[in-house]
Amino acid sequence: MAAISREEVAHLARLARLAVTEEELDTFSVQLDVILQSVARIGEVAATDIPPTSHSVPLTNVLREDQPRPGLQRDAVLAGAPDAEDGRFRVPRILDEEA
Amino acid sequence: MTTTTLSLEDVLTRYEPVLGLEVHVELGTRTKMFCGCPTTFGAEPNTQVCPVCLGLPGSLPVANRAAVEATIRIGLALNCQIATWCRFARKNYFYPDMPKNYQISQYDEPLCFDGWLDVEVEPGRTVRVGIERVHLEEDTGKTQHIGGATGRIHGATESLVDYNRAGIPLVEIVTKPITGTGALAPAVARAYVTTLRDVIRALGVSDVRMEQGSLRCDVNTSLHPVGATEWGTRTETKNVNSLRSVERAVRSEILRQAAVLDAGGQVIQETRHFHENTGETSPGRSKETATDYRYFPEPDLVPLAPDPAWVEKLRAELPEMPAVRRRRLAAAWKLSDADMQAIVNAGALDLIEATVAAGAAPEAARKWWLGELSRVANEQGVELSELPVTPTHVAELQTLVDSGRLNDRLARVVLEGVLAGEGTPEQVMAARGLEVVSDLGALEAAVDEAIAANADAAEKVRGGKVAAAGVLVGAVMKATRGQADAKKVRELILRKLGVEG
Repeated sequence: MAAISREEVAHLARLARLAVTEEELDTFSVQLDVILQSVARIGEVAATDIPPTSHSVPLTNVLREDQPRPGLQRDAVLAGAPDAEDGRFRVPRILDEEA
Repeated sequence: MTTTTLSLEDVLTRYEPVLGLEVHVELGTRTKMFCGCPTTFGAEPNTQVCPVCLGLPGSLPVANRAAVEATIRIGLALNCQIATWCRFARKNYFYPDMPKNYQISQYDEPLCFDGWLDVEVEPGRTVRVGIERVHLEEDTGKTQHIGGATGRIHGATESLVDYNRAGIPLVEIVTKPITGTGALAPAVARAYVTTLRDVIRALGVSDVRMEQGSLRCDVNTSLHPVGATEWGTRTETKNVNSLRSVERAVRSEILRQAAVLDAGGQVIQETRHFHENTGETSPGRSKETATDYRYFPEPDLVPLAPDPAWVEKLRAELPEMPAVRRRRLAAAWKLSDADMQAIVNAGALDLIEATVAAGAAPEAARKWWLGELSRVANEQGVELSELPVTPTHVAELQTLVDSGRLNDRLARVVLEGVLAGEGTPEQVMAARGLEVVSDLGALEAAVDEAIAANADAAEKVRGGKVAAAGVLVGAVMKATRGQADAKKVRELILRKLGVEG
């Protein structure tokens, strides 16, 4: 049984705002399925006494003191923006018509 | 609209409301949650940003210790458990208010959980509101929608974004479902947010100003028929920006849902917007389901593991909670619940406490702040604390009255001078020449003159009609421009006329 369906891949692509063609959907769902099945095999050997790993370094409480530091100049900030107006980033319409 | 014809009391004989409140509090830290950018309110757009909060490639977040401690303090004040180990989570969504395309939040491992807050809805009626969780996340940028009607997102052709706010630490406080409150539901919602605001203000971790957005509230409401075991479908009302609106939003949403159910319809699970001008709600954007956010543990931040010693140190440093403080002061000042409520409602508690600390008797301090000063504040449309008079001034004024150097009338004139910025009460007295006449010779002369000028009244007093002395006292007070001690004047008159008072 496949670990991920073609529909799920299409859904994820939409959530990630990726324009995926029908052919790519076929390719990606097969490739992602291989990846997920491979990862699932780890679950078979890991016993219940091994907690899932989210971080590879054994650190906790890495904190910074509440001291302000200068950031970027606004010109530099907006230089990377596709468009700007009144010192703000200018972005296209956010909601689709039906929303 | 059918909603306007239903009354809340009537509706709540048939339906039981269930509420849930989500409150977001912007912390008052000097820097953002994950970078050292300043958080000054009202700065020029995009001048408090850096590679971290802009999500530029290669930048890495580091959590702010002060924000973590502030969140633990809030959790402790709300009687929560503090996690011994928890992680940040990445909430993925595409919306230009976050330049990273995700928000760092917490998901299934909140920093604080399972607490409660006692809320006094009316004198003698306390409701315990369960706290589901308190977690830490980052605020989003501010978007300004162009081209649509009245700045709304609907119909907008483009948006302008300022990322100064993006990354400011934000604490989310979620209640457990609030049930069994019946017709009190709107008042409970308001009292909860009010009490929560007071607690957070007492902790000193945020200025909690709803009108500036540093405290924001979303209200979840559902209705089910009385006696039903399953709860109804809930809606989430956003844009509730004042304490009064919290109450109105609950009320209007209960009435709206009741009308839908009465007509045999179904409530749709959706986000609704509250409108301050009409007091009603309208549908907002369709809500994305939780799974669409694809939360996963934030790989760029290591877990938080507050050890018990750290938590206990923070617990030991907690200030006195507002409800405890009110009870203590009410007892010390011998006030009823209603009296104390009046003081709190007037925003006079801190001022009266400081005035008492400066040496005034509680009753006198209360009289000045709730009387003359409340009247002036009301006239000028400002808060009591904004008046140019300090607790020290008020205490000094009362000392002058107590020592007999000012009478009530003169004290009010002196207060006018203080309010006009003429200095301390002593300075105003000196500058305006206001003081009760204590020179006995001058006073006796004034009494003699009054007796001579009012022979009829004097004769009546001599004949035993003591009440007639009022005319003579009035004459002396007039002659001294009110700057005499009326009681002393009366004694003098009676003695001179051979009548012992």
